[in-house]
Amino acid sequence: MFRTALRNVLAHKARLLMTVLAVMLGVAFVSGTLVFTNTLSAALQKQSAKGYDHVDVAVSPAWKEAEGDRVGETHRLTRELVDDAAAVPGAERAIGVVSGFTAIAGKDGKLIGDGFQSQGGNYWGDDDPRYPLAEGRAPKGEGEIIIDSETARRAGYEVGDTVRMSVDGPVLEPVITGVFTTDDGNVAAGGSLTLFDTATAQKLFGKPGVFDEIDVQAKAGVTETELRDQLEKALPKGAVDTVTGKQLADDQAEMIASSMSGLKQGLLVFAGISLFVGTFIIANTFTMLVAQRTKELALLRAVGASRRQVTRSVLIEALVVGTVAAVTGLLAGIGIGVGLRSLMGVLDAPVPDGPLIVSPGTVAAAFAVGILVTVLAAWLPGRRAARIPPVAAMSAVHAKATTKSLVLRNTLGALLSAAGVAVVLTATTMDGTDGQAPMGLGAVLLIIGVFVLTPLLSRPLIAAASPVLRLFGVSGKLARQNSVRNPRRTAATASALMIGLTLITGLTVTAGSLQQAIEKLAASSIKADYTVSMVNYNALSPDVEKTVKDTEGVVATSPMRNAVTRVDGETEYVTGVDGSTVSGLLDLPVRHGAFEVAGTRVVADETTAAYYGWKAGDTFTLAFEDGAKERLTLAGVYESNEMVRGILLDTAVLGPHDKDAADMQVLVKTADGTSDAVKDSLEKALGSNPGIAVQDRKDISDEIGQMFTIVLNMVYGLLAMAVIVAVLGVVNTLAMSVFERSQEIGMLRAVGLDRRGVKRMVRLESMVISLFGAVLGLGLGVFFGWAAGELIAPRMATYELVVPWDRMGLFLLLAAVVGVLAALWPARRAARLNMLQAIKAE
Amino acid sequence: MTTAPLADRTTAVAARATELSKIYGQGETRVVALDRVSVDFRQAEFTAIMGPSGSGKSTLMHCVAGLDTFSSGSVRIGDTELGALKDKQLTRLRRDKIGFIFQAFNLLPTLNALENITLPMDIAGRKPDKEWLDTVIRMVGLADRLGHRPAQLSGGQQQRVAVARALASRPDIVFGDEPTGNLDSRSGAEVLGFLRNSVRELGQTVVMVTHDPVAAAYADRVVFLADGRIVDELYGPTADSVLDRMKRFDAKGRTS
Repeated sequence: MFRTALRNVLAHKARLLMTVLAVMLGVAFVSGTLVFTNTLSAALQKQSAKGYDHVDVAVSPAWKEAEGDRVGETHRLTRELVDDAAAVPGAERAIGVVSGFTAIAGKDGKLIGDGFQSQGGNYWGDDDPRYPLAEGRAPKGEGEIIIDSETARRAGYEVGDTVRMSVDGPVLEPVITGVFTTDDGNVAAGGSLTLFDTATAQKLFGKPGVFDEIDVQAKAGVTETELRDQLEKALPKGAVDTVTGKQLADDQAEMIASSMSGLKQGLLVFAGISLFVGTFIIANTFTMLVAQRTKELALLRAVGASRRQVTRSVLIEALVVGTVAAVTGLLAGIGIGVGLRSLMGVLDAPVPDGPLIVSPGTVAAAFAVGILVTVLAAWLPGRRAARIPPVAAMSAVHAKATTKSLVLRNTLGALLSAAGVAVVLTATTMDGTDGQAPMGLGAVLLIIGVFVLTPLLSRPLIAAASPVLRLFGVSGKLARQNSVRNPRRTAATASALMIGLTLITGLTVTAGSLQQAIEKLAASSIKADYTVSMVNYNALSPDVEKTVKDTEGVVATSPMRNAVTRVDGETEYVTGVDGSTVSGLLDLPVRHGAFEVAGTRVVADETTAAYYGWKAGDTFTLAFEDGAKERLTLAGVYESNEMVRGILLDTAVLGPHDKDAADMQVLVKTADGTSDAVKDSLEKALGSNPGIAVQDRKDISDEIGQMFTIVLNMVYGLLAMAVIVAVLGVVNTLAMSVFERSQEIGMLRAVGLDRRGVKRMVRLESMVISLFGAVLGLGLGVFFGWAAGELIAPRMATYELVVPWDRMGLFLLLAAVVGVLAALWPARRAARLNMLQAIKAE
Repeated sequence: MTTAPLADRTTAVAARATELSKIYGQGETRVVALDRVSVDFRQAEFTAIMGPSGSGKSTLMHCVAGLDTFSSGSVRIGDTELGALKDKQLTRLRRDKIGFIFQAFNLLPTLNALENITLPMDIAGRKPDKEWLDTVIRMVGLADRLGHRPAQLSGGQQQRVAVARALASRPDIVFGDEPTGNLDSRSGAEVLGFLRNSVRELGQTVVMVTHDPVAAAYADRVVFLADGRIVDELYGPTADSVLDRMKRFDAKGRTS
């Protein structure tokens, strides 16, 4: 039996090609994901372990819990504590570490890196073991810095150059006195690292006299644990936490592994979708192979093969196909892993060096997935093969695949679809998070239901296209009729495309609606012409607001200053604003009372007011960071939104109690509104600072739009795989159709249809199938997009459904193009068919 | 070899093959399917081509009908020399000038009887001549079956549809490749009757390949082929006279 199966595979090489390709792509996706994430994870772990080489024990400040009216804060790691740590018998050396955001500009004045990877820190003493100097000398005082060799190389900086940089707003122009090498993971990933002397770092990062961490190195022969015990004894109880370097590395490794597993799972979901789509092709192919071999299989039965043997022979074929696909897919996957690694390097996010990791698990997964998927998908056709009666071998007529009634199928499909719609609709009436699970369930039910119903839907939907097809004469007419001749096969082919397009459309609708909602929010809650913020949304120095206020053309400014306070024994984050100008800069619809922020009169959003049970006119006591208390009156309650939250308080009241003022952004109103000139003068006034972004509302919405575009494009890219697999399915189905109808095609050629006409016929059939799948996908996608919106809308006032007609038109167009492309090869084959052989063939 | 005198026939020639050869392969595998065959098919004449398997009778028909290419010689349909035509022009010629009837009916299962009949004209984008179409349909007796799909018709009815399709576009010449090969004798007789009527009553030219002497007896003239050559010709055949001639070739074949 095995030999028969193997022969069959070899005999149908060409017809199995698309199946192998489809499974291969899925397997390649899975194994590529595993290879890439494993490799990346191992490289990052190795990298981070290296970063802890010089740390045997890390001492970090303990968190002092908030209590009563006192806000929570960290203990202070002072110089004395560093000295105490260095003085324990087992310590070789103790280093006080300070770090923070440091933007550094390239020679073109633009920020190096993306702002989130621009780090700064302190160089400890004259000879910091963490950062071996490659050139120059250690920085001394405020006017000097050293930078990492990678950044120096990229920006073309050398020792002695003056650079423009910024930590929290004001521009500094220090001289580079040295270049150091480092294993820092952030630098390896494409970020920059700028170092100051310790006092300067502490001052710039707003932590005078305080360290973020103390790294202690053990003397030779002293274990990390011994050193930690000594440190715990020597340092004040409760004020510090101590962790061994090994523990740090382990924690870091675990964190990397867990973030990688998130990435891995995300990618595997998409791989799963492509594989699922691939099963349709496999099932189609084997159904056809069985139908074509009816006589042959019946002969096997007639000469004594049991039903089970016939089924098994089909499954063995599937096994062979699956194995070939798994092997080639695994190889392709390894290729993808390598490719992604170099791609990341090109995209300025280099992966740290490390070996390519193809774990036994990856190999096992590739084989399991490839073989299981193929064999499972071929199982039903295999069962069908077993039901062929031996007498079929004797009948002269070419036995056609029995077309079972679709009644049962349609009933089942209608029930499933109805249930799916009902569950989704019920879910939309539920509360956001509660509705998610039922909505997912309903969506799955509906997709399966529609899939089961596609043969039924194919007739009316394709009939609707006939006025267009009529324009193409006989070719169009024949294409339409051919496409509904085998409704099950057309349905399976179109469904594969439908799944991809459902997901793509659903995401596009939801993302588009969300984007518009957020843009509206950003635009509607802010009246200011410009906002000024750090590129990575770190806090700005209050100096920035002063500078902006004095700029020509600026009529009003207000900071958005974060501060932590205590209200009713709870931690409350409040926003300090300039009470005299804020009403002209923010546009927050008021629910009760008046929007009045002046002195002890404050406003709060509905959520906060409801939480504390306040109404406009109520008073409450607020405890500041420094322990002082103030009796405040709630003047008004504004509508909750995503941009401005909580209590808004006058900076005049907040200021004196706020130890390190942290302005998240500065709102700016100008005399003449927004213009390039105004923006320019603002940027100039801020010293053309690489770390600061001056944005008008359009910039903000562009930025939001860009964020959505990046995410959407990534998802499109991942879903493209499922679409490609579906396209292979269309190719496969057309090739089958051409093969099965070669006699008809030969006759058509004989009675006068030219090659172009034949090609056009196949092409139109392909387009009809593709567009059918696309229309179903678009319909379902919009429905799901709407349903998801119903869950989001209650939590987002500005949310409303945006149906991206232009984009959907584009998808339809793409589906038509896909149809044409998929038909290229089958159409060529059909046109090349030898007429005489085709007519004779029976 | 006996060759009938052609000069005494005054009617025009619908198709003519001159010194037509068709050779497959080269060297040792070289097979001569047609060996310098010259033959005329006159208008309004019903010709049967006969011969044993492998005699080249189908190849001759395929070459003359523009379905197959030939190695040397010439084929003319009316005034058109086929050897000079490209695939596209050949296709158009078949569409406009030639009708076909195949052994395996070869109807499109998705089209109903009427649509199958008008298919060549639909391909050409021409409106069928209503009156002529009615005549043809009446002749083959399909008037009440026009809305049926091929699957709903018997074999004989399907072949009648094929006959109507071949005649409907008023081709210069109709070729039949064993048109009764898949039919029982009664249905076969019907189809042959229609073909003969189309020649007698409508002035159609018909060329048919067959191995059945009874079928050949419906023709005006029988051309016998053996080993790629025309070996005999018979006018006004009967089943017996055809059988008789065939026996002679068989005997010759065995003794030579």
